[in-house]
Amino acid sequence: MNGTLEPLFFWLISAVIVLSALAVVFMKNIVHSALFLIVTFVGMAGIYALLQADFIAAVQILVYAGAIAILIVFAVMLTRRGDIRASNPFNGYAIIASLACLAFLVVTVSMIFNSGFEIVESVGKSVVEPLAIAMMGDFVISFEVAALLLLEALVGAIILARGVKKEQ
Amino acid sequence: MIELAWLIPVLPALGFVIIALATKRFKLLSALVAIAAMATSLVISLGIFFEVLQMGITMENPVEYSVRWMSVPGIEINAGILIDPLTAVMLLVVCIVALLVEIYSMGYMEGDPGFSRFYSYLSLFASSMLGLVVANNYFQMFFFWELVGLCSYLLIGFYFGRKSAADANKKAFITNRVADFGFMLGIFFLFYQFGTFNFGELAEAFHGYENIAFLTMAAILVFIGPIGKSAQFPLHVWLPDAMEGPTPVSALIHAATMVAAGVYLLARQFVLFHAAPVSLLTIAYVGGFTSIFAATIAVVQDDIKRILAFSTLSQLGYMVMAVGVGSITAGMFHLTTHAFFKALLFLGAGSAIHAVHSNSIWKMGALVKKMKVTTWTFVIGALALAGIPPFAGFWSKDEILLATKEAGFTGLYIIGSIVAFLTAFYMFRLIFVAFFGEDRTEHEPHESPLCMTVPLIILAVFSIFIGFWGAPFVEHGFASLVYFEHPHHVTPDYMLMFTSTLLAIAGIVLAWLVYGKKVISAEKIKNRFQPIHNILYNKYYIDEIYQWIFDNIVLTIASMFKWHDRNVVDGTAHGISDSIRAAGARLRFIHTGSLQNYALVIFIAIVLIVLWMGMPVLGGIQ
Amino acid sequence: MITIYHYLLLGAVLFSIGLYGAVSKKNAIAVLMGIELMLNSVNINLVAFNRFLTPDAVTGFIFTIFVIVVAAAEVAVALALVVKVYRERLTSNVDEIDWLKW
Repeated sequence: MNGTLEPLFFWLISAVIVLSALAVVFMKNIVHSALFLIVTFVGMAGIYALLQADFIAAVQILVYAGAIAILIVFAVMLTRRGDIRASNPFNGYAIIASLACLAFLVVTVSMIFNSGFEIVESVGKSVVEPLAIAMMGDFVISFEVAALLLLEALVGAIILARGVKKEQ
Repeated sequence: MIELAWLIPVLPALGFVIIALATKRFKLLSALVAIAAMATSLVISLGIFFEVLQMGITMENPVEYSVRWMSVPGIEINAGILIDPLTAVMLLVVCIVALLVEIYSMGYMEGDPGFSRFYSYLSLFASSMLGLVVANNYFQMFFFWELVGLCSYLLIGFYFGRKSAADANKKAFITNRVADFGFMLGIFFLFYQFGTFNFGELAEAFHGYENIAFLTMAAILVFIGPIGKSAQFPLHVWLPDAMEGPTPVSALIHAATMVAAGVYLLARQFVLFHAAPVSLLTIAYVGGFTSIFAATIAVVQDDIKRILAFSTLSQLGYMVMAVGVGSITAGMFHLTTHAFFKALLFLGAGSAIHAVHSNSIWKMGALVKKMKVTTWTFVIGALALAGIPPFAGFWSKDEILLATKEAGFTGLYIIGSIVAFLTAFYMFRLIFVAFFGEDRTEHEPHESPLCMTVPLIILAVFSIFIGFWGAPFVEHGFASLVYFEHPHHVTPDYMLMFTSTLLAIAGIVLAWLVYGKKVISAEKIKNRFQPIHNILYNKYYIDEIYQWIFDNIVLTIASMFKWHDRNVVDGTAHGISDSIRAAGARLRFIHTGSLQNYALVIFIAIVLIVLWMGMPVLGGIQ
Repeated sequence: MITIYHYLLLGAVLFSIGLYGAVSKKNAIAVLMGIELMLNSVNINLVAFNRFLTPDAVTGFIFTIFVIVVAAAEVAVALALVVKVYRERLTSNVDEIDWLKW
């Protein structure tokens, strides 16, 4: 990544992400929300690329933009009822929630700016190889557990959605 | 032998375990196990006794050894053995009487469905008593003291199907618990002050101790234990009721074990009472009062066992009185002789009851024709109890009377003499009514089997001759063995001997006149002194008074506590729970069930917590 | 020059938007979308911390991957639940699914 272009890219991608995230929340049509969610995910991948985390960016595209977004779209389709144009309404907490979220944002941001970080300079390099070594080395047990978790989620989701066939 | 002393209580305990676990079904085997254990203990006791005589072990230099029993920070409790002449004598008495009672029971309890159970209890009872005797510290003594109480509970309630027996054993247990509480307090006070349970160490600690008031309090508290166990007034009420147990048990309780424990304790720790003269005075008068109190009751009772029970009370009063006037020699000597002739009397009474199937002396009569051995051994026991020379009771009773006289307690001496007269009277009233006179039996009585009569004969022999051991003209007799501080050799007081013998003979003659020859009509006397007779017959209404106190005072207080418990304690608890429930009934509406509501609250809380925690960073409070 | 603060700021903003969506939307699927946004913002933080503070380690990345794994599992199960509830009650509105209350 060219150093001079980095701010440009960052601001651009950030703007896309924040705007599309807002759109996810504020769109009246849930299908539109889902589509903007995909845009957010893809932008997120761009941010990872900016952070020179190429592998994470690829995973982000594959899992989020690919799988999760598709899942969500399917779920929308399966649960559609009534007018699709007003399928994503707010509930009664809209105002108080916005105040709470704003307060949260203010607190978090002030915390961020009040924290001193010790930046360690480094040259960018690919993370794929050290990631692979760590995955199969220090984190191998967590890795296996994550695999199990995915299997369980798979089985669980199937059983939940399909229901257990009652014996006799 | 002395190093084997720990086996003496352990063997009968082992017998108890074996009978309870293994031989319960085989009755004869159970009896043999118990008797064998007891006999072995007796052999060891005999060995110890002769060793004590030979090795010159005296009251001042006892043999003592102990192992650690339990240890808590600050308290070290040992289980130990203390052998001195007092222990040796007591061991012999307990072992001989217990063994004879066990042999006798083979006949008496024959065919009883609880035969093995009976033997297991007897073994445990003997074991507890022997453990109590050899104990070298208060804690161990108290442990066995309680075990004795438990066994008496089990044995008195042996026929637990009968309500009267169940009531009697509860009465015995509760009365003893009351007394044991005092005893326990006394022990704790002593431990608190001197930091040891050991008899010897305590005795040394008393020497230079100044605070007599404290010692007096501790001594009187400790004395409450013997008041219960040795059935002194006012905690005597359990003993007459203890007759509900099988007769051999009565013999064991009244002669050698339970009731002797109290007197033994007094003798064992006499130094404590000696250091607190007021407590000694209390002991003397409690004993004296009990002796005359019980003797007067015994005069009018009908139940043969009851008469013997009150006679035991009276004799125990004698012993306690002897200790109280400062002569543990006389007290222990009387305990020893009394153990033999009272066991003899009870076993004889058991034999008679066994034959006529009734306890009332009016349902017996003329047993002398059918039951020669029982009758004549019983007469020997009665003569010993009445104090006719040369039988055992004469010597020990005279020694007590002499001790009271020498110590200057003229009042107690007179009481003791009156009791001697009464004792002779009621014993021979019993004999003339039950064993002589006309035949009133409903069954055809016949002599008891050999295993019952042989113990009677052995005990009769003891009752005749044991007294010479402590007779005043015998050197190196009982008095040189068991004493406090220094042996006290009494010079025979022939005047006193003469008086007491005269009184006893007067009692016998009076009994003969009233019940044998019927020159004086018992009925007329009874009618003439009806109120007095009623009071005596009803045992001075002590039971009724207690009943009234419990019904009216204790239950009133209890109902007050009940009210307090129901309304204040429960009220507090219920009030708290009710208010919590009421609060919950209101607060549950906070739970909307809406996840987003929860999430919102959680995040608001997070914001607040972060604000609070982050205050230094955010520059709020520096 | 883009510093760690920019990325953290972006994460904070995104998290707040996600939180708002998760708390204030009626539709269960929209709530899930909000949660996904929150998870993603956390990922940005993790990656940024890893890159700027400890560039020689990969712990942050590993965490990111695990978060993605858990998110995927969560979405699968959650959507199955939503579908199931929809079939039972003909609704996917979270405020109608309040059987947990008193």
